[in-house]
Amino acid sequence: MHKYANPTDFMRLANSILPWAAIVTVALFLAGLPMALVVSPPDYQQGDAARIMYIHVPSAWMGLMIYGIMAANSAAFLIWRHPMATLIARASAPLGCMFTALCLITGMLWGKPMWGAYWVWDARLTSMLILQFLYIGYLALADAFEDSERGDKAAAVLALVGSVNLPIIHFSVNWWNTLHQPSILTMQGFTVSAAMLWPLFLMVGAFMAYYVCLLVLRLRIEILDAKIRNARRARAAAPVATATPQQV
Amino acid sequence: MDLFADFLHMGGYAYFVWSAYGVVIVSLIAALVMTWRGLKAREREFEAVRRDRQSTP
Repeated sequence: MHKYANPTDFMRLANSILPWAAIVTVALFLAGLPMALVVSPPDYQQGDAARIMYIHVPSAWMGLMIYGIMAANSAAFLIWRHPMATLIARASAPLGCMFTALCLITGMLWGKPMWGAYWVWDARLTSMLILQFLYIGYLALADAFEDSERGDKAAAVLALVGSVNLPIIHFSVNWWNTLHQPSILTMQGFTVSAAMLWPLFLMVGAFMAYYVCLLVLRLRIEILDAKIRNARRARAAAPVATATPQQV
Repeated sequence: MDLFADFLHMGGYAYFVWSAYGVVIVSLIAALVMTWRGLKAREREFEAVRRDRQSTP
């Protein structure tokens, strides 16, 4: 694994994964969307509104999973100064932020017909909203400093502190009385039928593969940003004369 | 034709179901396009900075 601490080696691996991840993303969406919108049966209570689950649940899982990835990489960065870790955390943050927002929006569009309200201050919804603010805080903090190293550190600390919210979100439906329906994944297995589980899995897979694709592209952006910064800094620091010996 | 109308109708939940899927699909595509453009812009910028450094007298 230490080999992949080197950005060049890591990106070689990441770039070789990208075309496969792209193919998997397209294939899973092409299979998952018709399953979710046509093949899967309407819910006996919720009717066709239940189809929102196939995008709401994957968005929620991605929001949580990406935050976990961000927190783990932030820890690796703070402890071992792992050079790729901070890049992975930085590149993941806007994606996690987007998935969390999609979870909240699709949840509101599901809540209105089922509960009669777009929003309620319920434990699950509130803890998910806090996750959204943690992402926004991370993104703001990471770019708040002139010195990007300090921004990395401050944001990493925020990501770690905020990770206490993850178990709170997960258990919120058990700990508090809530309108939100309980988790479909329990210790006893899944609580929904196979006809609904398959499209859900396909959509979860599609969202994950999509995340991998965008993560690789965003990592390239982060690395180029660092190179551009370094080149500018070298240019600013070095008087014109010192640039020439290398050229000769 | 009726089947397709039923499909669009979504059992009366058309507004909610199609809005939710619309927001998700548009967001995912927009994020991909923006990321791709951002990457291409960075590649051009890096190329310019590099050329700039090499051409320093």
